[in-house]
Amino acid sequence: MGKVGLFIPCYVDQFFPRVGLATLRVLRGLGLEVEYPRDQTCCGQPMYNTGCSKEARPLAERFVKLFAGYESVVAPSASCVSMVKLHYPDLLGDSAEVRRLGERTFDLTEYLVDVVKVTKVDGEFRRKVGLHRSCHGIRELRESSSSERMDAPFDKTRQLIGQLRGIELVDLERPDECCGFGGTFAVTEDAVSCMMGRDRIADHVRAGAEVIAGYDMSCLMHMDALARRDGAKLPVVHVAEMLEKARLSR
Amino acid sequence: MTARDAILAALRASGAKPAPAPRHPVPVKQGEPVARFLESVKAVGGHSYRVSDAAALAAEVARLPVWSSPRRVSLVPGLPGGTVDLAAVADPHELADLDVAAIPGEVGVAENGAVWVTGASLGPHRAVFVIPEHLVLVVRAGDVVNDMQEAYGRITLPRPGYGLFISGPSKTADIEQSLVIGAHGARSCAVFVVG
Amino acid sequence: MIDFHPEKARAFVLDDERAHWHDKALWFMRVKRDRAAATVPEWESLREAAEGIKLHTLSRLADYLEEFERNARANGIQVHWARDAEEHNRIVHGILEKHRVTRMVKSKSMLTEECHLNPYLETRGIEVVDTDLGERIVQLAGEAPSHIVMPAIHRKKEEIGDLFHEKLGTPKGLSDPTVLTEKARGHLREKFLRAQAGLTGVNFAIAETGGFVVVTNEGNADMGTTLPPVHIASMGVEKVIPRLADLGVFLRLLARSATGQPVSSYTTHFHAPLPGGELHVVIVDNGRSSMLSEEHRRKALCCIRCGACLNTCPVYRRSGGYSYSYLIPGPIGSVLGPHRDLKGHASLPFASSLCGSCTDVCPVKVDLHHQLLVLRQEAGEEKLVPLGKRLGMKAASFAMARPALFRAGGRFARFILRVAPALARVGPGAIWSRGRELPVAPRESFAELYDREEAGKPEGRS
Repeated sequence: MGKVGLFIPCYVDQFFPRVGLATLRVLRGLGLEVEYPRDQTCCGQPMYNTGCSKEARPLAERFVKLFAGYESVVAPSASCVSMVKLHYPDLLGDSAEVRRLGERTFDLTEYLVDVVKVTKVDGEFRRKVGLHRSCHGIRELRESSSSERMDAPFDKTRQLIGQLRGIELVDLERPDECCGFGGTFAVTEDAVSCMMGRDRIADHVRAGAEVIAGYDMSCLMHMDALARRDGAKLPVVHVAEMLEKARLSR
Repeated sequence: MTARDAILAALRASGAKPAPAPRHPVPVKQGEPVARFLESVKAVGGHSYRVSDAAALAAEVARLPVWSSPRRVSLVPGLPGGTVDLAAVADPHELADLDVAAIPGEVGVAENGAVWVTGASLGPHRAVFVIPEHLVLVVRAGDVVNDMQEAYGRITLPRPGYGLFISGPSKTADIEQSLVIGAHGARSCAVFVVG
Repeated sequence: MIDFHPEKARAFVLDDERAHWHDKALWFMRVKRDRAAATVPEWESLREAAEGIKLHTLSRLADYLEEFERNARANGIQVHWARDAEEHNRIVHGILEKHRVTRMVKSKSMLTEECHLNPYLETRGIEVVDTDLGERIVQLAGEAPSHIVMPAIHRKKEEIGDLFHEKLGTPKGLSDPTVLTEKARGHLREKFLRAQAGLTGVNFAIAETGGFVVVTNEGNADMGTTLPPVHIASMGVEKVIPRLADLGVFLRLLARSATGQPVSSYTTHFHAPLPGGELHVVIVDNGRSSMLSEEHRRKALCCIRCGACLNTCPVYRRSGGYSYSYLIPGPIGSVLGPHRDLKGHASLPFASSLCGSCTDVCPVKVDLHHQLLVLRQEAGEEKLVPLGKRLGMKAASFAMARPALFRAGGRFARFILRVAPALARVGPGAIWSRGRELPVAPRESFAELYDREEAGKPEGRS
């Protein structure tokens, strides 16, 4: 396997660096050659989501050039990866270069399961965990089946963390409802955004979750911010952090 | 330029690329159709019965409480007991106080309890299926199919010029999603499978 | 208009109990839909086929409409064409006037809402009674429908009891849905019996047979079209489908998607007028041909008006139909409205977290959430995004293109958050902080942790 370019979303770099570190360690723990292009900043999603294509484009062009030389590009974020895989063709034109980049950019979960083909996870996480499967991961990257579609159920994240010793994954009433972060939606429509987030948290609490796990720090950041405002003891954890100390093998 | 020409020209100028008509998926058959049909009728708020022949049908229908109400129509060949002669009714408004109508269906659909009734079976007034308080539908066992896709293989249109699927009684859930049976059409729907 | 949805939604959410009641009611519709879809093993294949039939039809729409017209005329149906809402209303009025109609009953048609038909006819002396129970409730209340399938879903039963007491003279204090429905049955039965014409929408128009299908649970379309001698059916150009057999696909999807039923109570196929009566179809464009010309938007014309996208939308459920500036709310309305008038409905493409649930429940696979994202770019180009936000994005883009600036900016932001968080509660920070805590700012960025990892040094404080 060639060199992996580590793609650390802008807000993870600045506010959740430990998630980036955990991702790096998980990949290196598999014997992969991982490099972090120092000059990366942002994939352009916040601008694109706001309708500002013109402002998003130069960032996307930068991104394509920065990550051109890597065999794979891996990020601990389904939402940023969706931007690159699904929306870069609209933003930059559907060129072979852009399509190729999309084909070799992965969220951590799908990279581990589909590319590295990890089957065994030897580690522990002795808590009751509510798994928050964020929308981009489900309905854009198809890392797990959506409750809307009548497909045979599957869940690549659960395939990994479900093997951690002592973990108890709780059953949510609404297994894949949106948390309400939605990028700039969190500010533009803050009333609905907060109600959605609080409803998600309440679902996890009713299900008995002690921790909310996920693969998108944006969702987790939003739910954590709400929980702390409400004085609820409900920490959040990224899947990378859960796997950091585990031994992953094919 | 007429509105028709303007609209058609605008649609033709739209640049929509040709796209082929897809094949319809082949439905998965789920269990014996008549048994499933009888269950489906109940699930949509109707009552279902199976009888062996016309004589048994007449006997069972006669036992229905609704069939003892005064104003009854039978459009089912071989089913006696009608008290209103539709041929003598000039205006469907006169049927406003009809208690019950028995109508033959040509196809029964197992997946949803629906019965296909055509204009040819409704007699002179189409309203006869919706205006009475209660409905009795009769269909032959051999005419019960698995699903709507199969049903459309049996239906002929545009002749006769009218037909509908009736699935159970009239209903609504418009008030706080509470299901209420008997909105504007029949308050009850008894479906008989013969054979 | 960019603030329409957020402001209305804020007010809706403020009544926490009611907002949760509304959310649960619509979620229940979604659950029923899921249960019904799960009973059909070939559900996803049906969605593919339905999408394919619609896209094929759209690629030859004019041909199929001509075929429909030809066959409909051969069946004795009179076919009219209307370029816009005004023309539609004039045609309908013309037919009614010819028959000296002053009392008409109407079953559900979002197209007639779009054309504002009711007020047009009422100012010309024609009583229009909406006969779908939900529609009648909002008509009596002087409101618009808040949902395309359940127009009165926002109303509690006690409120409906009060409304009926006030408008229909029913006893005070009724709230049992069965009792209220019985009262409505009696009231509307009178209207059906006295109506001189009935108007319906069209669920599907069949080119091959020259007829059309109207679907109801209540039987109101049937009461309204089997008693009066004149039936007028209003249809958008996109309602035509090629063959009778295609109904087998659509009807297996429609009711299950809309209400979780295997099929609606009445699925009526009109192919000839009543003996001695008249049957008219009015085919309406009113902006649909322009939607067909927009490649990104075209798929929205496949919509079969099931309402599943509304039921599943976490934002619609928590903001209600009246938070949307367009007559059709929810995801499909947020595409149709802005297409018609982007400036007038500028808040709608942004009234979404882009979760994609709508796209996955749509029986004809309209890629709704992607269409919303495209509309956002159009709104940006039209400078409909507020200046403050645009400048913020310009500044962010400028900084993000320069790694040193990005790193310095990030370090500064984290510093402020740790040392003087009050300063962070400005602009977007202030809005964020209304309901949430600010993020806890680490001392080091990932880049710094990476450098340390590379150098083999132990982890510092974070």
